[in-house]
Amino acid sequence: MAVKGVSLSVKQGQIITLIGANGSGKSTLLESVCGLLPDWKGEITFQGTPLKGLDPPAVVRQGISLVPEGRLVFAPISVLDNLKLGAYTMYRKRRHAEVSQTLEKILDLFPILRQRAKQPAGTLSGGEQQMLAIGRALMSHPKLLLLDEPSMGLAPLIVEKIFHTLEMLRNDGITILLVEQNAQAALQIADFGYVFETGNVVLQGPATELLADQEVKRAYLGKDYGEFYDDNR
Amino acid sequence: MQEILQYLFSGITNGAIYAVIAIGFSMLYNSTELINFAHGEFVMLGALCMVTFFGALHLPLVVALVASIVCIAATGLVFERLAIRPVRHPEPIVLIIITVGASIFLRGIGMIIWGKDAHTIPSFSAHPPLDIAGAKLLSQSIWIIIILLATIIGLQLFYKKTLTGKAMEANAISKRAAWIVGIPSKMMIMLAFGLSTAIGGLAGVIIAPVTMSSYDMGTMLGLKGFCAAMLGGLGSLWGALLGGFLLGILEALGVGFVSSGLKDATAFLLLLFILYVKPGGIISAASAKRF
Repeated sequence: MAVKGVSLSVKQGQIITLIGANGSGKSTLLESVCGLLPDWKGEITFQGTPLKGLDPPAVVRQGISLVPEGRLVFAPISVLDNLKLGAYTMYRKRRHAEVSQTLEKILDLFPILRQRAKQPAGTLSGGEQQMLAIGRALMSHPKLLLLDEPSMGLAPLIVEKIFHTLEMLRNDGITILLVEQNAQAALQIADFGYVFETGNVVLQGPATELLADQEVKRAYLGKDYGEFYDDNR
Repeated sequence: MQEILQYLFSGITNGAIYAVIAIGFSMLYNSTELINFAHGEFVMLGALCMVTFFGALHLPLVVALVASIVCIAATGLVFERLAIRPVRHPEPIVLIIITVGASIFLRGIGMIIWGKDAHTIPSFSAHPPLDIAGAKLLSQSIWIIIILLATIIGLQLFYKKTLTGKAMEANAISKRAAWIVGIPSKMMIMLAFGLSTAIGGLAGVIIAPVTMSSYDMGTMLGLKGFCAAMLGGLGSLWGALLGGFLLGILEALGVGFVSSGLKDATAFLLLLFILYVKPGGIISAASAKRF
């Protein structure tokens, strides 16, 4: 069992981050939220609706979108069609006009995707694919955006750009649950954070407090014991 | 010269049929990574439905054609729903054995409904054969090629232009990724079964006038179609086309110039050869664009 006895809440209009090392159960938690993991005990509610037993498409229809680990863009399909597939549930609700509006908005948000619209998604760089994955997730008009390790394998400059975009999205009213190993970057944009360790929440608090926390600094912010003791003096 | 041309015509006709069958195999494999060994039986059912609708009931051609295909697609959907989806541990080998079982079952159904006799129906149109440089091209051959082309164009349009087609492609590329963007993967798989078996039925419909249709015709046709699909590269539309024609033409030439006993052997010799030389098929799936 990867996650046990965890309770957390995500407030509307905030960026909440889950940080922790590999295998601490962060991704498992996300998978349970978006219906990829069928068997779990407990309770997950979204705006008062229990999510138990819903499959991923049903969760998407509830207004929750996942940007998966490893991005999982449809490599042979064009960038534009990748985005349109993100709006599958919207098209099925016959909201075509809204879809074209959202599409324009996303292409404005990530101008590089507009340039590459006709290219197969597999030909994009890692950072561009991450942008595409986020754009695709936004196409379904989510109220809550889940991101699983969006910074993985990306250059610091790109990470900064992507995280800046997340802040913009939050300011637009989208709630964001960000799972990250890159604690530094995540805590800088987050409002509230949870620290995971072997399937448990070991620490929680406002992001600014976590950033200043000695224990977090030691374990997750890349400061070794030397610096840690220096800080104390 | 005249002789070669005649062999070529019959090879192209058979090739077109193998291609249609191979497309059904490839399409389903693409979407589900499953090889449906009952596919040939859907071809048989298509031909026998046509025998009933067009031959016995004398319905207009288009009505009979559509009715047959609808019946076969419905059978395919029921097959998916009752035999494939409920499998608790859908490992490839289990599913493949289920399709083999289904093939035996469907053959039995065919025998019960249409009996053991072979049936034949008139050609779609009563035009006399075309005479090209002394070789005869049957009007039904032209029908078969036109319908093959229409199928390919239709499939291309479906995959490139419609949301459902793109969603099916997405589901074939990554089920997980498709699932999280909200594409109902079970429905996509069911649709793939419906489409694939409908194309199988179509193959049966177009060959009914040029062959003796009976309950046991499906196995060999299915195997030939499978060979064609493997030959061209399983999972690729153009591969299915290429494999179909290659098989059909080589078979015809083999029969013409070597021995008529070689007809069915050609397919399997070719299959062995391709498995030795290029196991992925001529257009191997990795380099080939999916549908």
